[in-house]
Amino acid sequence: MPEPISVVIEAFPYLLQGTFLTAGIVGAAMALGLILGVFMAVGLVYGNKVVRFLITLYLWLFRGVPVVVLLFLFYFGLFNYFNINVSAFTAVTIVLGLTTGAYQANIFRGAMLSLPRGQFKAASGLGMTDLQAIKSIILPQILRISIPAWSNEYSIILKDSALAFVIGAPEIMARTQFVASRTYQHLSLYITAGIIYFVLTWAGVMALRKLEKHVRIPGYSANGNQ
Amino acid sequence: MSTGKGNPILRASNITKTFGNNTILHGVSVELAKGEIKILIGSSGGGKSTLLQCINCLVVPDSGEIEVDGMVIDITKKKDLYRLRQQVGMIFQDFNLFDHLTAIDNITIALRKVKKISREQATQRARQELEQVGLGDKQHLYPAQLSGGQKQRVAIARALAMDPKILLLDEPTSALDPTLVGEVISVIKRLAAKGMTMIMATHQMSLISTLADEILFMENGRIVEQGTPSVLLAKGNKSRTRGFCDSLNDLVGEEG
Amino acid sequence: MELSPFYQELFTSLNRGVVMSVALIVPSAIGGVIIGILAGVIRTFGGRFVRAVGDGYAAVFRGTPLVVQLFVIYFGLPNLGIYLSPYVAAVTGFMLCSGAYQSEYVRGALLSIKSGQYLGAQALGFTTFQTIFWIVVPQAVRRAIHGCGNEIIYLIKYSSLAFIVTCIELTGEGKTIATEYFRFTEVFMVIGVYYLLLVTIAMMILKRIEKTLYVPGFGRS
Ligand SMILES: Nc1ncnc2c1ncn2[C@@H]1O[C@H](COP(=O)(O)OP(=O)(O)O)[C@@H](O)[C@H]1O
Ligand SMILES: [Mg+2]
Repeated sequence: MPEPISVVIEAFPYLLQGTFLTAGIVGAAMALGLILGVFMAVGLVYGNKVVRFLITLYLWLFRGVPVVVLLFLFYFGLFNYFNINVSAFTAVTIVLGLTTGAYQANIFRGAMLSLPRGQFKAASGLGMTDLQAIKSIILPQILRISIPAWSNEYSIILKDSALAFVIGAPEIMARTQFVASRTYQHLSLYITAGIIYFVLTWAGVMALRKLEKHVRIPGYSANGNQ
Repeated sequence: MSTGKGNPILRASNITKTFGNNTILHGVSVELAKGEIKILIGSSGGGKSTLLQCINCLVVPDSGEIEVDGMVIDITKKKDLYRLRQQVGMIFQDFNLFDHLTAIDNITIALRKVKKISREQATQRARQELEQVGLGDKQHLYPAQLSGGQKQRVAIARALAMDPKILLLDEPTSALDPTLVGEVISVIKRLAAKGMTMIMATHQMSLISTLADEILFMENGRIVEQGTPSVLLAKGNKSRTRGFCDSLNDLVGEEG
Repeated sequence: MELSPFYQELFTSLNRGVVMSVALIVPSAIGGVIIGILAGVIRTFGGRFVRAVGDGYAAVFRGTPLVVQLFVIYFGLPNLGIYLSPYVAAVTGFMLCSGAYQSEYVRGALLSIKSGQYLGAQALGFTTFQTIFWIVVPQAVRRAIHGCGNEIIYLIKYSSLAFIVTCIELTGEGKTIATEYFRFTEVFMVIGVYYLLLVTIAMMILKRIEKTLYVPGFGRS
C-alpha cells in the first residue's frame, strides 16, 4: 500500500479521537454563546442607554479581533496575568464562546426586531411580568426563527475550533499536525483532517435544518411573518 | 390580403407553441391594421400571455410567421428579434420596471442603449412621455417609491418613448388595486384616441366595450370566437364572449 | 515622552506586520471577489456539469477550516513536489476560501433578480449583453454588496492565520515580540487594537459604498 494511505489508515483512529475534544469545544462554546447572546440581545432591545452602549462595545471588540489573537491574549496573557489556571481546552472554549456570543447576540436581536410589535404588549396585558413575557413568549419565537443563522454560526465555530492547536489543545488539527511532523505525509493527513471537518460541518448543518423543519410553526420564517 | 383598412401593420400567422408536451397555442393567427385595436379575452390559462409574447418573440414560437410593417421576421436571427422588439412595445401585468433605476432613467436607458440616442435628447423625450402620463413630478422616484398605477404609467411611457408601431398590453390593470385602475385606463384610452395600434389582453369591461375594434375570445390555445363588440355583446346574442363578459360584470359590477 | 525599548520594538515590528497584513488582504480580497463572481455565475447559470463543479468547490471550501486549507497548500503540496512561498501559499488559500463564500452571495443576488427584469429589458430590444450589463449587474451588485463586504471583513481577521504558514504578518510579528519579552497581555491587546482599526476602517469604507449605491427597494431592512 502506498505510504500516504497506510499512514492515514494507521493514524485515523488517533485523529478521530480528537473529534471528541472538538465536539466538546464546539458544544460548550455554542452553549456559552447562546446564553450570552440571548442576554445581550435582550439588553440591546429592551435595555437602557448605558446597557446598550456596553453591549455594543462588547460586540465591536469581539467581532473585530481575530480568534487567534484572542486565544493568545487570553491563554498566554490575561489568564496568566491574573493567575487563573485553565487548560487549553477551557481557554479555547471560553474564547470561542465569547466570540460566538457576540455574533449570536446580533442574530437574536434581528429575530426580536422581526417579531410583530404587539407580542410583548399582549403578554403584559395578560398579566405577565417582563421576565415571564421574554421567557415564555419572546424566546420560543426568536429561537425558532434563528435556527438557520445559528446553524451558520455553528459551522463557523466548528472551523474556528481548529485554531485550538495554536495553544496546544489536542483536538483534530493538533493531532494531525503531530502525526504529520513524524511521518512527513502532510498532504494525505491534512486532507483527512479536512474530510473529518467537512463531515462534521455538513452533518451539523443538515441536523439543524431537520430541527428547523421539526419545530417550524406555520407562518414563521427567517424573513419575518407573512 | 387587403383588409379594407390598408395593408396590415402586423401579421402573425399560424403561431404554434408547445411547452414540454403541452401545446399552448394551436396555430393562432392575428392581423392588425394601423390604428386598429384588438382585445383578447378568455379565462386564465387560455394562452393570451403566450400569444402576446410570441408576437414580439419574448417566447419564440415553434412555427408560424410574424410580419411587421411588411417585413417578415426571421426568428432564428437575433438581430431580427432585437429590431422586432423595438418596433413592438409591450406592457406587462406586473410592470417590469427596472427596480434600480428612477422613473426617468427607466425610460432613458432604453433610448440611450438600444436606440443610441444622446443623453440630453433621451432625457428630454423621457420627460415629455412622463408628462403625457401625468407623472412629470415623479421623474426621480424609484419603482419602490411609486404606487402600482404610477408604475404602470411609467411602463407605458417607457414603451411609448421607443416609438413603437404596435403596443401589446398584457392585462395592464389586473395587478392594480381597484382604486388605481382608473388612472391607467384613462391613459390607455388617451392612447387609443391618438390612434395607437394595440392588442390588449384585458378583463376590464370599460376597455373592452369602448376600445375594441374586434374582440378575440381565446380558449385552450385557439381563437374560438371573434367579432366586433357591437355584434358579440349585443343583447340576445348567445355568443361565448357575451357569456364571459356577463360573468365579468357579475363579478365586478357595472363599471364606468 | 520616550517609549521604552520594549514598546519601540513592539511598534516597529507591528507596523512592519501590518504592512504585510495589508499586502495579504488586498490581493486576497480582490481575488476572492473575482473567483466569487465567476463561481457564483457558474453556480447560477451554468450547465449541469459546471454547476456541480462550482457547488462542489463551494461546499469543500466552506466546509473545512481555513487553517486546514492553508496546511494542505503549504505543507501538503510539497509532497507532490509543489513548493509555494509562504506569502503565495497564504494568498492562494485566502483567495480560494474567500471566493467560495463570496460565490454564495453572488449566487443569492443573481437568483433574487426576478424574471420580469429580463423580460422588461428584452421587450425593449435590449441584447443579451446589454441586459446583463445594464440591468442584471447593477441589481446584483446592490443585492450582494453587503454580504460580500462582510466577507472581506472576515478575510481581514483571518489574514491572522498567515503566520501559521510562516508568512510573518501582524500576528506573527507580535507573537515573536511577546515570546521574546514574555509580555503577551500588552502585545496582544495592542495587536487587537490594530485589527479593530483595520476592521473598523474597512467597515466605514463599506458603509460608504453601500450608501453611494443605495437605491430604495434594494436596502437591507
Ligand atoms: N414558460 C412556460 N413553461 C411551461 N408552461 C407555460 C409557460 N408559460 C405558460 N405556460 C402555460 O401555458 C398556458 C397558457 O398560459 P398563458 O399564456 O399565461 O395564459 P393566459 O395569459 O391566457 O392566462 C398555461 O397553462 C401555462 O401554465
Ligand atoms: Mg396571462
